[in-house]
This record gives sequence, C-alpha cells and structure tokens, in this order.
Amino acid sequence: MSAKLAAAILIDGVIDASWLFIVAVGLTLVFGVLNILNFAHGSLFAVGAYAAASAVGWYYGGELGPPFLGYLLMLGSALAVALILGPLLERGVLRFFYRRDEVVLVLVTYALFLILEDATKLIWGAEAYYASEPYALLGNVSFFGLSYVGYDFALIGLALIVGLLLWFGINRTVSGKIVLAVIHDRDISRAMGVNVSRVFALAFMLGVFLAALGGAFTAPKISVQPGIGITVILLSFAVVVIGGLGSVEGAAAAALFVGFARAAAIHLVPWAELFIVYLVMALVLAFRPEGLFQRMSARKI
Amino acid sequence: MAGIVGTLAAAVIAFAVLAVAGYAMPNWLVLVATLAFAKGLVALGIVVLMRGGLVSFGQGTFYCAGAYAAGMAMRSFGIGDAALLVALGAIAGLILGAIIAPLLAGYRGIFFATLTLALSMIVYGILNKTYSLGGSDGLNLHAPRFFGYQPAGSQNAGYALFLFTSLVTVIAAALCRIHFDSVRGLLSHAARDNEIRVEYLGASVRWVNGINFVIAAALGGIGGALSALSLGHIDPDFAFWTTSGEFVFLAILSGYMSVAAVFVAAILLELVRSFSSQYFPNTWQGALGVFLLLIILFLPGGLGSLPLRLRPSRAKSARASMEKSK
Amino acid sequence: MTALLETIGLRKAFGAVIAASDISIAVERGQKLGLIGNNGAGKTTFINLVTGHLKPNAGRVMLDGKDITGVAPRQVRRDGVSRSFQIPQLFTSLTLDQNLLLALAILRKEGMSSWQPARSDAGIAELDDLLGRFRLREYREHTIAVLPGGVRKLVDVAMAVTCRPKLLLLDEPTSGVAAEEKFLLMDVIMHAIEGTETTVLFVEHDMDIVGRYADRVLAFYAGRIIADGDPGAVLSNEEVQRYVTGGAA
Repeated sequence: MSAKLAAAILIDGVIDASWLFIVAVGLTLVFGVLNILNFAHGSLFAVGAYAAASAVGWYYGGELGPPFLGYLLMLGSALAVALILGPLLERGVLRFFYRRDEVVLVLVTYALFLILEDATKLIWGAEAYYASEPYALLGNVSFFGLSYVGYDFALIGLALIVGLLLWFGINRTVSGKIVLAVIHDRDISRAMGVNVSRVFALAFMLGVFLAALGGAFTAPKISVQPGIGITVILLSFAVVVIGGLGSVEGAAAAALFVGFARAAAIHLVPWAELFIVYLVMALVLAFRPEGLFQRMSARKI
Repeated sequence: MAGIVGTLAAAVIAFAVLAVAGYAMPNWLVLVATLAFAKGLVALGIVVLMRGGLVSFGQGTFYCAGAYAAGMAMRSFGIGDAALLVALGAIAGLILGAIIAPLLAGYRGIFFATLTLALSMIVYGILNKTYSLGGSDGLNLHAPRFFGYQPAGSQNAGYALFLFTSLVTVIAAALCRIHFDSVRGLLSHAARDNEIRVEYLGASVRWVNGINFVIAAALGGIGGALSALSLGHIDPDFAFWTTSGEFVFLAILSGYMSVAAVFVAAILLELVRSFSSQYFPNTWQGALGVFLLLIILFLPGGLGSLPLRLRPSRAKSARASMEKSK
Repeated sequence: MTALLETIGLRKAFGAVIAASDISIAVERGQKLGLIGNNGAGKTTFINLVTGHLKPNAGRVMLDGKDITGVAPRQVRRDGVSRSFQIPQLFTSLTLDQNLLLALAILRKEGMSSWQPARSDAGIAELDDLLGRFRLREYREHTIAVLPGGVRKLVDVAMAVTCRPKLLLLDEPTSGVAAEEKFLLMDVIMHAIEGTETTVLFVEHDMDIVGRYADRVLAFYAGRIIADGDPGAVLSNEEVQRYVTGGAA
C-alpha cells in the first residue's frame, strides 16, 4: 500500500469517526440513562438537518449578516429541536411506557420513528434541501497532496469538544454523578431522593440535542431529503453496540473502529461498504459480547 | 383450544366460505383480499417469532427473496405454474432463513430487531444496484397458470389467484395453529418467559429460536411469491424498511393469540390503505405509527385478545397472565 | 464404590473476589448434604460450578467418575444433575400444569412433537403422579403468576426432579417461605423423592432445617469449607459459630 493511500485512509477514517461519534453518542447516552434504544434517533437527526438547512437557507439567502454566524444558527436550530421535541416525546409519549418490557419500548420508539418520518415530510416536503454555504466557508486544506475541505476537519474539533464536555459533565460534576447513579440503579436513586423523572427528561433532551446537532452539522455536506433517518439509525445502532450500550467512551472507540473500517472499505473494497459496519460489529461481539466497554451487570440466579 | 381435528375442520370451513365470498365479491375487493392474505402470511411468520419473544423488523428480506425467486423463475426459466412458483418462494425463504438463523440465534430484543432490519436494508441496497434483476425499477410478471389451467380474462384470473391464495393461507394458518397448540409450540412460549429454565430443563433456546426463524422466513417467502403474482411486479421496495414495518404493525395489531386475527387485521389494513392512499398519501407511515402506539397502550394483546377480554370469567386470569408477561 | 459427586480443587474468582477456593469434597450416593454459610460465602457459586452455569478457574467436577467440569446445564441434566433456584425460575405466563408438562415432554426419548397437542394422553399419568407427590393438584389450572411463593418453590423443585436426577441441588429451598411453613415444605420435598436414592445437596440458612434433614453438613466461609461432618459436630464447631451461626447453636 502506498503511503499516500495509507494517509488517505487514515485521514478519511478520522473524519468519518468524528462524524460517527457526534451522530451516535446521543443514542448511547439515552440508552444508558433511560434503558431505551431510541429508534427515532435517526428521525431526530433528520429533523435537525432539515431545521438547520431551512435556517441556513433563510440566513444566507437573505444575506442577513456575517457568514460565520451561520454556524451559530445551526447550533441554535439543534437547540430548538431539542427544546421542542425533547419534552414532547419524553413527557408526552415515552413516559407512559417505562414499566413495559424492552420489546414494547422498541416498538414504541419505532412508532415514533414512523410518525416523525411522515411529520418531516409534511413540514418540509419530499424535495431535497441544500445548505452548502457553511461547508465552503472554511476553505480547503492539503495534506500529502490530498485535498480536504476545512469544514470536515472542523467537525473533528466539534467531536472532541462534545466528547470532552460529556466526559467532564458525567464524571466531574455533581449532576453527572447523579446521572451515573440513575444509570446504575434507578430504584435506589429514587429511594435516595433523586428526582429520576427529571433526570430522564433532561437526559432525553440531551440525546435529542446531540442527534439534532449531528443532523445540523451534517446538513451542509449532504442533500437533506427523506431517507437519511433510516441510514443514520442503522449506523448509530452499530456504533453504539460495538462500543457497549450506554458507554460514551465506548461510542468514541467504536466510532474510530468503524470510521477506519469504512474508510478502508471505500478505498480498497468499495462493494463492501454497505455491510462492513456489521462485519466489524460481528467481529467485536464475537470477542466481547457486550461491546468494547461492557457494563457490569448483576447476577441473575 | 381446539384439537387437531377441530383446527382442520375450521380450515375446511374457512376455505369454503372464502371460495363462495370471493365469487360474490367485486373485483377490486378480490384483489385487495389476495394481497392482504399474502401479507398476512408474512405477519404470521412474525407472530411465530413473537411467541418465542423475538420481533423481526426485517421480514422484508424473505418477502423479497420469495418475490424475486418467483419472478426470476417465471422470467428466466419460463415457469408459469402458481403452485410451483409459490413453492420456489417458500424454498428461497427457507434456505435464506436457514443460512441466517445461526448468525442471529444468539441475539434478542433490540439487537435482533435492528439486525434483521439492517439485513433487509442491505438486501434493498444490493438489489437497487443489481441491474440484471431490474435495479430500482424492478421487473414485471405475467399472469400465472393454476395446475395447467390458464384463466381467461382478468376477472377470472383474479378469482383464480384469490382461490389459490386462500388455499395456501388456510393450509399455512392451520399448520401454524396446530404447531402453536403442540408441545413444541408451548416450548416457544416458555422460552419467551424464562430462557434459563428452558436450558436447565435440557432444551436449547438457540434451536427454538432458530426453528421459529426458519418458519417465519419460509412464510415470508410464500407471502412474497403470492404478492409478486398478485401485483404482477417485483422491485427492491419489497425489502425496504417501510414494507417490513407494515408486517410488524400487522403482527402487533393481531396479537399472538389467534391465527385468524392476523388475516382479519391484514384485510382491515389493506382496506384502510386503499382509501387513505387516495386522500392521505403522505401520512401512511405516521398513521401506522399512531395506531401502533394506541394498540400498545390500549390493546396490548392485539385483536386476537378481544374475545378473551370480552368473556368475564376467563378475562381475569388472562389479564393477570398478560400483565405478568408484558 | 466411587463417590457420586467429587470436586477436586475447585477455584473461582470474580476479579478480586474469591468465591471458591480449593473446594475438594466427595459426596456418597444417597447422602443428604446441607450447605451452610453466610451470604457471599460461596454456596451458590459452588452449585453454579457443579451445574456448569459457571466454569471454574481451576479444578474439576466428577460425577460418578465422569468429568463434567464446565459442561453446560443443558447437557449436565442428561448426566443426572438437576437444581432448584433461590428465586424460582418458572414460566410465569403458563399454568402449573403446562410448566410440569413441558419439563416432562422435553425428556421424552422420542423428542418433542410439533403437532401432538400439549395435553395428550401420553404424559397425563406421569404428570398426575408428580402433582400428587408434591401436593400441587389443587393449583394445576392456575397461572404461575398468581401462585403464592411457597407453591412456586415446590413447582421449581418438582421441575427439577422430573428427570429423576442422581444429584439434586436445592438452592435455599425454604427462603422466602413463612417460618411455620418451612418444615412442611421440606417434608413434602423429601417425601416426594423418598425411595429414589437421590443424593441431595441443599443450601440453607435455617439451622433447624439443617439439623432435621441433613446427615452431613458443609460450612462455607469466604470461599473455603471450614467444617465438614455430621450436623451436631459442625454446628458446635467454634469457627462455624463465629462466622456462620453467630453464637451457641
């Protein structure tokens, strides 16, 4: 393999890994706290993408101000999505099913997925949205004779910031410790006076925000259209399972694994790109059935 | 629970009723019912899995396999007999199911559901790019023969296919009912409740789930072949996630207690679909989602549990056992 | 004659916790062995190791001279090892009848039928006998979910004895049962297996039960066996009194 090819795979891998991390970390967080694998995660990503695309289109179309404020607008749209849909979905729907078994919860979030997919089509229609201005703003970068878009590298930075903030928030703050307690045993936490309902609501909202954030910052790179939701949920699921359900560090490690695998596939065996993710998942699970970072589970019998 | 004789008798009566009804029904209803039964068979496969505690979000894989097996057999090998085509669909489903079952047998719950979904989307992706199989446009099929007889005119062809589909459906339904009532069927139910105990009693949960998976795959293949003949067309959408989602919806709507409920639900769904596609084409998925939530909330046992709920004495113990098994 | 059950140097650690440390014992056919020890002493771990639910880090488990170390519970049942659970593991949405029927059906040599209705004549006589022996007849139509704890314990044990095991391991058979019912429960269980030469190992916290039903007692502490002998001797052992029973027995 030539050095140039190796470098391409390496860089593509890191770029892909950052994207995967941002997109998947919300899913693992929600699972960790609420024990729900949110099927609608992909739709929330899509809503974030559409919201950002609309906001960006309105902003740049009307040339309403300095170009870099567009990024703030994208962040803002993700926040808006979280503030509106977070409470709506969690307090309005999910809350009624917390006592049911896990298969039922899968079906509930699947139902939410169906509803959101059509809701997005109703609000934004079926045509594709383009919001490419922010993508071009950061110019191009060159490494080893390979040309990359600056925006993609900025995403690496975003992934690092998100990862560090989450890690710090969970491990070094009091609220984070409370969240950890709820993750390990919600009944005992409740008995100790923790307002578990509030933790659930906030954790879910954070999950929605992260999904929408992924969507918002992906929007400039793609054509935003129906169908991106399903792709994202399947990818996020694989990443989260590889990393270990509920583990943020796991999601980061898994994102790197999968990112490099996908980059290698694209450059070396393009037809494998469709299912390379599941191959990696099957391999990892064969050695570590609970994912890379296993959660300690109590004895059953 | 009727014995084997009772089930077979019910099957014969059901077929007779359907045959007469189909003759009297208007053409459009015959077509709707045929497609409904075909899809009902796939949903029945999911019910088989559900009794063992698993839900597959990707039965489209086998639905598509059956459809393409029938389609390719007709176009590339000139096979025109419906019975043969459906048999090929079943075999395609069976073989594919047997290959995939060991890979998925270790997974449960969300894992199993999402992996089956991923599989179906991979199949969709592959078929979309395989131009020799029609690519994203798919392929058209012509009308089949029935045991050598080629019906004249579209109305006769429609009724003939309906009769054939009803026959296959009634046989499959009866076999499933007999299986559910059998000792092995009880084992599936037990595995859903407590896997540890099943293992400690000496049975293998992997085998139970594996066999259920293959049965569901075969049913999916049969449904796919029948749908292909009914629609006269096959395309990769047979494996798309929305198609698989409808089968799940049907299974949840009907519940896992009654086999007949699956087909009642299927007909209801097709009727609602044919009306809604005229007036609300963009909200079909959303409507299914809303109904799914309502069913889970208010009728968790599905339509099949309605007779039990309406009978006061049996209702209490049934409700108790349902609460515990939720 | 070789001992029925022999463990040689069994060792099991969960990280830093040593649940079993060099457990070497031999159990004769027909013995009724009581296992005592405080919580976390390693009694259930021992049972899990014998049934193959856990694989030991070192050591072997021999049944009638055959090495069954690490053999999965599903296979070890065929060799004649069966157990009941601390928390009864039952099929909660099925009736008591159906639970026992399944236990019997799985054992049938011809295998399980895919079309024979679940309540076919073949199993009825055996089922009835089992229900009688364990005094469960009046509950047979009830769903497990509505049965009281003591009855569930009996069903759990009944399911374990369907295969006529050589070795029956009972994990806290009377735990969670009202004090006045404990003896009744053990009476029913012991009476049900009378005359079958079944070797029984039972984990117990109630020393009166141990004294009454065991002819040999093993005392566990921190993964080791600290005393082994007849009930009187073990229960008056100083270490046992210090670590397990807490004072004069």
